[in-house]
Amino acid sequence: MKIHEYQARDLLSSFGIPVPPGVTIESPLLAEEAYIRATKGMASPLAVIKAQVHAGGRGKAGFVKLVRNATEAKDAAQFMLTNRMISPQTPPEGLQVKKLLVAAGVEIADRMPSPSAQCPVPSASPSKEEFYLAITTDRATRRNILIASREGGVEIEQVAHDRPEAIIKQPLHPTVGLQSFAARKVAYQLGLTGKLVTQAADIMVKLAKLFVEKDCSLAEINPLVIAVEHSPTPDSRLPTPDFRVLAIDAKFNFDDNGLFRHPEIEQLADPAEENAAELRAKAAGLSYVALEGNIGCLVNGAGLAMATMDIIKLHGGQPANFLDVGGGASEEAVTEAFHIILSDQHCKGILVNIFGGIMRCDIIAQGVVNAAKQVGFKVPLVVRLEGTNVDAGRKILNDAKSMIPTLQAATDLTDAATKVCKAVAG
Amino acid sequence: MSILINASTKVICQGITGSFGGAHTKGCALYGTQLVGGVTPGKGGQFFEVDSECKIPIFDTVDQVVRQTGAEATMIFVPPPFAADAILEAADAGIRVICCITEGIPVNDMVKARALLDEMNAARPADKKITLVGPNCPGVITPGKKTGAGDKSSSVYTSAKLGGGGCKIGIMPGYIHTHVSESKTGKAVGIVSRSGTLTYEAVWQTSRLGLGQSTCVGIGGDPVRGMSHIDVIELFEKDPETHGILMIGEIGGTDEIKAAEYVQKHVKKPVAAFIAGRTAPPGKRMGHAGAIIGGADDTADAKISALQKAGAKVALSPADMGKMMAEAMKI
Repeated sequence: MKIHEYQARDLLSSFGIPVPPGVTIESPLLAEEAYIRATKGMASPLAVIKAQVHAGGRGKAGFVKLVRNATEAKDAAQFMLTNRMISPQTPPEGLQVKKLLVAAGVEIADRMPSPSAQCPVPSASPSKEEFYLAITTDRATRRNILIASREGGVEIEQVAHDRPEAIIKQPLHPTVGLQSFAARKVAYQLGLTGKLVTQAADIMVKLAKLFVEKDCSLAEINPLVIAVEHSPTPDSRLPTPDFRVLAIDAKFNFDDNGLFRHPEIEQLADPAEENAAELRAKAAGLSYVALEGNIGCLVNGAGLAMATMDIIKLHGGQPANFLDVGGGASEEAVTEAFHIILSDQHCKGILVNIFGGIMRCDIIAQGVVNAAKQVGFKVPLVVRLEGTNVDAGRKILNDAKSMIPTLQAATDLTDAATKVCKAVAG
Repeated sequence: MSILINASTKVICQGITGSFGGAHTKGCALYGTQLVGGVTPGKGGQFFEVDSECKIPIFDTVDQVVRQTGAEATMIFVPPPFAADAILEAADAGIRVICCITEGIPVNDMVKARALLDEMNAARPADKKITLVGPNCPGVITPGKKTGAGDKSSSVYTSAKLGGGGCKIGIMPGYIHTHVSESKTGKAVGIVSRSGTLTYEAVWQTSRLGLGQSTCVGIGGDPVRGMSHIDVIELFEKDPETHGILMIGEIGGTDEIKAAEYVQKHVKKPVAAFIAGRTAPPGKRMGHAGAIIGGADDTADAKISALQKAGAKVALSPADMGKMMAEAMKI
């Protein structure tokens, strides 16, 4: 499960990780006021307005804007809330933006020379003090792991690919978590000095605590920056710049299996960000992922469901979805699965592939019959049944043949894939 | 022979009074598995009825059932919030083979449980190590003979009831498996897989091609788990009655890449493989928490080419898993 940036900022704050002041708004009318609140008491008049959507590519799409005054804030908000955001990560028709984050601008310190940095950064890298910090589960070592880099604010996957030596990795102790000494070690490797080490290490320890306590699968701060703060001096001499470590942007993914113990996280989910069919499937206890093709699939088991998609493609077809009915699905859930598949307008044919284990073939067959009664199958339907209660399942389908004229039985996987691809190709 | 479990293995079920735990305890008992007890805290002293002839005693703790029956293996059907604890309870009580069927255990629970298991194993001699299979897996089966089996497709429970000589710990349908003595070729393969139903598919295909199975191990679809492909392949390579190894993987993680390297260096037996998810889009979770494509190494294509390089016969279609195994064994 994913959450929005403003929610991620709140979460960071609640664990004591500093973020720049910010306000969320849902109407351009509130933009001026939000701008004034976000920049109040700040030395700089700069603020940044950011569309709150899960999809990336906001900056290039014009949905992250730096503004210098209230009027600019209003104009930017007006633009973002009335235009759809289109980026490589959104559907082609774009996304409607409902919420904006108005956050105080931050003056990021110029990159300071750091003799202690583990990896000297080449000149092509950021000229500002921007870092990458994240915690995730490393499957290879079966540990949660802190990942840090001096090259923040950019695509970390690219850095990891081009210059793996620029990535620092520090495993978390499986029961104790991230220890202070380990966090300090990473802070020094990042090239920090003095009190900035303490601040950064403190952020790392708190992020690690948050990761474990909230059952995250990814907790990412990108960028983590050194901000310059000009605090006014009492005797009105020139203010002396002060430096502070701040989290500018954050991204969290949560382990769906852990959500049962975090109702406060679960309620942060934004249904508008999810695919409607996927939500409907989830409610019925089905695992469904919408895809681009035109052959709907209904399978039991995730591995077999993936393999079914693969075999469709091998026979020249394109799967319209991944759908795993699981082992314990009821007749109603199976019927609902057919409703979901048939609600996809691209669906030109359906392949049912069941190897009954816990799932009984007769339950699937009854689901086919129910769906035929309730919505009808206008598209070709190929059913391959094997395993538990296969004879009962085949009998149910055979008896219903006259009711479902588009139904074809398949004897094995290859036969099923061949038949459905041929039927869809016309 | 077989790996991990055989007809004389004494098995318990943790979560025996739940609907799933109960149904599969029944299925396993009727297959011929020696089920010596069940565990549900608070229900110790009661009995679980398989049928009129067979009642299984229920205990409050794994420690009690191990002391009284000498149980060596467990299958866990405990609900996700308590399943990691159940794994550690079994390990602490001296259970040797722990099959955790439960799906949906939080990853962080497994990070801790696996680390604690590793710690326990580090202090044990080589022949006393605890083996965890799963979680989120179909379990392990060493097939028995079909002597006395009834209608072979009407129920989960049709099996090698009474004297078949097999051991089924988990949720797989028993009847699709073939004991080597009843196979046409007289050869048995070992199957290791991350996916449940895809394993059944592979078992079915090999059975229909006249092959038996020595043992089938479902290692599960979770990112942090017990046995890896390599752990199982190593046991199959050593088992004199496993004549070929069929390995089924999927997208996500690098387990299969490491297994390919292992096969190349250490495995002399014929190996066939299938990797599911060639058509899965990156970044999407495909049912299994572990099946998300992240880096370049965990795509299906990377795994397929690593396995091919290691000399394995890789089926590109899931319909050819059995065929590739037979080809690799020159049958």
